[in-house]
Amino acid sequence: MSRPNVITVMASSILVAAVAAAVFGNVFTPHLVTDQALMSRLQPPAFMGGSAEFPLGTDRIGRDMVARLVAGLQMSLSVALAGTLIGAIFGTFVGFLAAHFRGLTEEILMMFVDFQASLPFILIALTLLAFFGNSMVLFVILMGMFGWETYARLARGVVLSARAQPYARAVEALGAGPGRLYLRHILPNVASALIVQVTLTFPQIILLETSLSFLGLGIQPPNTSLGQILGDGRDYLSTAWWISVWPGALIFLITLSMSLLGDALRDRLDPMLKTRTT
Amino acid sequence: MTDPIPQTGPLIDIRHLSVPLPRGADRPFAVEDLSLTLNRGEILCVVGETGSGKSLTALSLMGLLPTNLPRPQGEIMFEGRDLLRLSRSERLRLSGRRLAMVFQEPIAALNPIYRVGAQVSEVFRLHTDLKAAEIREKVIELFREVRLPDPEAILRAYPHQLSGGQCQRVMIATALALDPALLIADEPTTALDVTTQAQILKLMLDLRSTHGTGILFITHDFGVVAEIADRVAVMRHGKLVEIGTRDAVLNDPQADYTRQLIAAVPRLAPKTTAAVLGEPVLRAEGLTKTYKTRTLIGASREVAALKGVDVTLRRGETLGLVGESGSGKSTLAQCVIRLVEPDGGEVVIDNGAFTGLTGSALRHARRKVQIVFQDPYTALDPRHAVGDAIAEGPIIHGLPREEAKARALDLIEAVGLERSAARRFPHEFSGGQRQRICIARALAVQPDLLIADESVSALDVSVQAQILELLAQMQKDLQFGLLFITHDLRVASRICDRIAVMQRGVIVEQGPAAELFANPREPYTRELLSAVPGRDWQDRPSQGQQP
Repeated sequence: MSRPNVITVMASSILVAAVAAAVFGNVFTPHLVTDQALMSRLQPPAFMGGSAEFPLGTDRIGRDMVARLVAGLQMSLSVALAGTLIGAIFGTFVGFLAAHFRGLTEEILMMFVDFQASLPFILIALTLLAFFGNSMVLFVILMGMFGWETYARLARGVVLSARAQPYARAVEALGAGPGRLYLRHILPNVASALIVQVTLTFPQIILLETSLSFLGLGIQPPNTSLGQILGDGRDYLSTAWWISVWPGALIFLITLSMSLLGDALRDRLDPMLKTRTT
Repeated sequence: MTDPIPQTGPLIDIRHLSVPLPRGADRPFAVEDLSLTLNRGEILCVVGETGSGKSLTALSLMGLLPTNLPRPQGEIMFEGRDLLRLSRSERLRLSGRRLAMVFQEPIAALNPIYRVGAQVSEVFRLHTDLKAAEIREKVIELFREVRLPDPEAILRAYPHQLSGGQCQRVMIATALALDPALLIADEPTTALDVTTQAQILKLMLDLRSTHGTGILFITHDFGVVAEIADRVAVMRHGKLVEIGTRDAVLNDPQADYTRQLIAAVPRLAPKTTAAVLGEPVLRAEGLTKTYKTRTLIGASREVAALKGVDVTLRRGETLGLVGESGSGKSTLAQCVIRLVEPDGGEVVIDNGAFTGLTGSALRHARRKVQIVFQDPYTALDPRHAVGDAIAEGPIIHGLPREEAKARALDLIEAVGLERSAARRFPHEFSGGQRQRICIARALAVQPDLLIADESVSALDVSVQAQILELLAQMQKDLQFGLLFITHDLRVASRICDRIAVMQRGVIVEQGPAAELFANPREPYTRELLSAVPGRDWQDRPSQGQQP
């Protein structure tokens, strides 16, 4: 086994830190996310002359940036995680169905996939949100709809090739039903490709959520997310840059780390590359 | 071609060649201290099993060793130069002109997007100043020499339009284009059908006598050795075990290893002991299967793989299904076991209809017929421990988990592995061991019919013999019917009671093995039998008694 390289280690540390901050971040601040201190509006971070009470500054109604960021991080990560899982599971299921039934079923399913892939997702999202109004459930489902078609295509391809493998045919010949064949034999063998895809869509979903929230169509107050905080600060960029820069930097670090980790995973799991390193 | 070439001494002289392996490999050297010579106009066969280093020897001659290997040591003297110490430009001048190589997979060795003629012409364009028209004439002449039909048409063809044998002829034509002194052939006939193989071997013999080319012929097949070798070098674990003239090595091998190898080669003589036959276990009638391929614009091409095939098989009997690639023998097996749906016809297994079943009835009936595939490396789920893989079948068919595990352990022992193998994973086993595991998995559900689809073709000859023995032993114990599919008549002769010869989707002839071998009726059967390489060397009088 080769040693993990520095970039992979750094990327994973950043992600671990981000998750830890989301879970335990509230111990760093005495303030609640909703606490307003109107006397301390737009206070700069401590190192720029602000007070130690608000180490990363405050926003336009005097809320502590640390508490805001922790809450935003929690929301952004959980929405992205839920969205990614919904998309991955649904898309993979569709891919498995297509590969199992072939024929007309496959063509219809894959038509939907092509349909989804040919529409700009942000337009679908805007339309749906405008039509049905914003609710948390709808928003998460919307995030789940993003990228399912890539899982469906990927899963269909890898399942078709795995099913042609002698081991799968031998299991079929033993009399195994489709459940056993797909869940116990094929899924574990194709999972690596799907996991890599998860690491690639996760940052995209974070970006989508932040874009929608930035536009005011995503997470609604009193809930908050990184994108929403970023959008909040857009009017104060010249006077209170910290409102936008902190969440922006977090988004950047998380998505970049996730993508780097995904690349590393793909290199590790790709059988072509594996044979070359041994 | 103006280089002064020394006319005395061997054509190629390998002295103490060692090809080191990277650290962490299973042995320090792929080829270790190998010394041998090859004379002008001589055919030297290098024989060995998987991992013997025979291919790496060939590649080091051509300077084509994988770049992750450390530099080879020793000397390879060729026309007064050491091939291991050539500069890049010297190597380029030599390759294709004085040394040429033919590979195992002829179709993969041709670039699919260029016309065949252009690829052969390339040699001339690289190494000579001939004009296009002259090159064309040369290529046609070469094609004629390797006996390609209609050379003008082949010149314009793309590789996919040619058969495997034709592609190999094209590769040989390319190799011979500039009349090299040395031709290296790495298993050039292994991927070909037996009748095509016979033609290519004959072609090589002819070319050797007309051009005086020295040929280094790498093979694993003693039949091929008997057919064409002047001298034979036997390799094992990267070392030279024995070298000598063909007759000396084949008839009077000195080394134990050579003796074992030769003894493991099945004789082309049908087995005589009659099996105790039970009631019919398989009856297939009128099986048909047509493959349709659709192109993007909807036009379809049809290939009739099976055209109404009848097969019957009884308990304890082994029916050999022999034929060349594309004869439909594998499709027949897949239809019998219903991994492929036949278009028409009926399969009855153990007096119960097998075709027509669907859903859980089909899954339930699948217990009766099992299959062992060709490639043991892909036939086992890499993520399941061996014991679980074998126990899976019985569990599916309702045996309690504990009993299934116990049965798996018994079977692991019965196929000649340690009980502790149950907890290990497929990648920890060799090809032969994996094939044993596959057999155990198939037998775990106590099938009435076992299909072996080229099950020993990917194995080394000594392992092949063990697996055949195992199959015969298990059949004797468990009395299942065995449908044994193979392209190798030697293997078929060793295990089959009856043999059915398939050609283009029909069974052209079938009968008891002894009868079929002694007086084949159909011309195609005769052709197959006469194409078996070195078919009579084991029975020549000088052969002596085999151990």
